[in-house]
Amino acid sequence: MNTLFNILIDGLAYGMVLFVIAVGLSVTLGLMRFVNLSHGAFAMVGGYCAAWLTREAQWSFWLAVPLAIAATGLLGAVLESLVLRHLYRRKELDQVLFTIGLSFVLIAATNAIAGPQVQLITLPPLLAGSVDLGFRTLPAQRLLVIAAGLAVAAAAAWTVARTRFGVWLRAAVDHSGTASTLGIPIRTVQCASFAAGAALAGFGGILGAELMPLEPYYALKYLVLVLVVVAVGGMGSIAGSLAAAVLLGTIETASRYLASEWGSLFFFVAMAALLAWRPHGLLKR
Amino acid sequence: MNPIRRTVTCALLAASGLALASTQALAQNTAVKVGVVGPFSGPFAHYGALFKAAAEAYVTSQGGKLAGKDIEFIYRDTGGPNPGQTKTLVQELIVKDKVDYLGGFVFTPNALAVAPLIQQSQTPTVIFNAATSAITEKSEYFIRTSYTLWQVTVPIAQWAAKKDMKKVVTAVTDYGPGIDAETAFKAEFTKQGGAVVESIRMPIATTDFGPFVQRIKASGAQAVYTFLPGGPPNLGFVKAYNENGLAKAGVQFLGTAETDEFDLQKFGDSALGLTTAFHYSGAHDSPENKKFVDALKKRDPAAVANYATVGAWDGMYVIHKMIEATGGKKDGAKALATARSLQWESPRGPVRIDAKTRHITQNVYLRKVERATGQGGQLVNKEVQSFGPHGDYGLDAK
Repeated sequence: MNTLFNILIDGLAYGMVLFVIAVGLSVTLGLMRFVNLSHGAFAMVGGYCAAWLTREAQWSFWLAVPLAIAATGLLGAVLESLVLRHLYRRKELDQVLFTIGLSFVLIAATNAIAGPQVQLITLPPLLAGSVDLGFRTLPAQRLLVIAAGLAVAAAAAWTVARTRFGVWLRAAVDHSGTASTLGIPIRTVQCASFAAGAALAGFGGILGAELMPLEPYYALKYLVLVLVVVAVGGMGSIAGSLAAAVLLGTIETASRYLASEWGSLFFFVAMAALLAWRPHGLLKR
Repeated sequence: MNPIRRTVTCALLAASGLALASTQALAQNTAVKVGVVGPFSGPFAHYGALFKAAAEAYVTSQGGKLAGKDIEFIYRDTGGPNPGQTKTLVQELIVKDKVDYLGGFVFTPNALAVAPLIQQSQTPTVIFNAATSAITEKSEYFIRTSYTLWQVTVPIAQWAAKKDMKKVVTAVTDYGPGIDAETAFKAEFTKQGGAVVESIRMPIATTDFGPFVQRIKASGAQAVYTFLPGGPPNLGFVKAYNENGLAKAGVQFLGTAETDEFDLQKFGDSALGLTTAFHYSGAHDSPENKKFVDALKKRDPAAVANYATVGAWDGMYVIHKMIEATGGKKDGAKALATARSLQWESPRGPVRIDAKTRHITQNVYLRKVERATGQGGQLVNKEVQSFGPHGDYGLDAK
């Protein structure tokens, strides 16, 4: 019984980290139809910024995190308006090759600037400790991750489905010609959406740093996990990504409790089974 | 081919030929060539940088020459565990560059791949890091100045038994060295009358260590013996160990290289009190170690005194003595005869090369992580007890 609770709570925390990193990719990949394999690199940039601000500049965690997220979003916006926008109309293979190349550039840059060591984000005392849940103790940081994951899911879903911006985004992607004749500022919408995706990646990188430590090869190391979540969740579906992340996170955690000698086998078997059952995503028919 | 291009090609060929001839001429006259093989790019590039810093620091500390000979280092990048490429690189070093000595090797498979080459060419090869017991059996030209997992694990298993620990869990990363560590601990701890109640093998791609730590807690063991590859997994495991309340519940942490100086400062307070058994600590209190740390810092302020740098430093000492014995001439057999009987005071304490296994016999220390009083309150591996000299038990166990 205790093991079951442990699996559920650890699985939820792990799934939420996967979700926060994956949701930005789901937005750019699914809604903008842009194959962005440099997503992991944006998560890394966000994490490194937060680590630098909290550790070297001695900023408060609560101040450093919004700034690091904003910086990542800004980097996303700059790259989008200078380079990436020329790729929207190119073939998918071009997009894949370019963004993978971009990841390598960012990897080399982080390695040159910060060195090969692992970077840690200094947590405030409130988060650095652990919380006693009665049946077990849990790192306090994990509770923040769970709360933040739910908040991000709600905010992103609301923005895409309910706000004017969301309407513009969907219109701009599906019928860009029509959308621009209707007076929708397509370039602004594309740029802002990409920046938002990058900022979400940065947030995920910060929140997930305890589970996926920040190091130069971060960008490629965890990309597979993120892609799996987006694929299983269905591209562009925020609720689907959430469901996929929590489900896969729980399966991975359960295999660690019950059958760790099998490695990540269950994670990938689950992925294959879910994709066979729902090829377009968990929540799509 | 048009005339201009032909001229350019000819000129280039002639120039490269000249360059080749001149380096060869230079080598015949003076310098002893040492090929250093390790990762200089990619996720493990820091090992290469540390080897380089320590090897060059050693030569500088001897006044720039070893036994009156100039030393020419030739660095070759393996990238990571890549036996095929390592073999090609070493073949080039031996055949084309005509190196007199080889050093380096972070990964066991890379070291094993070159065994036939060094055996045939009789090139003395000093292993600065790779820690699997079986390596030195593969060629009689291997000498090792690092350590093996058996060497550092057996003493801590004995210590745990002596401290009245009856039930211990082993939690190791599921790959070669991890399995080695698990086998070594189990074998010795059971021999001493203890019981390993659970053996957890953690997949190498693991990022979330929470579940494993919960299993350790649930097993009711008094201690956990762990082995993890360096870097991110160490941090993740130690954080999970603390934050899930294992330290508070009194489950003792037993490890080996987990509190490596290269990453130690990143742990913060969560590392305080971690207990490990290892052959070297950056905080080892001796004049030799002080000299080593100073020389290293002078060469490269970013370099860290840890097992990789001390392995390379002592490796260069062995090469130094071999050059001395052969007068700088290429004589593998004579060099090896010297190396087999070496005995010296290393930054890690008194050491000697075991004549039979060509592996370093050295003191193993019990260490606890503490905050140093000086040095800006840095975390250090404080040596609290010496287990005395230990050889490699891995070769005996087979």
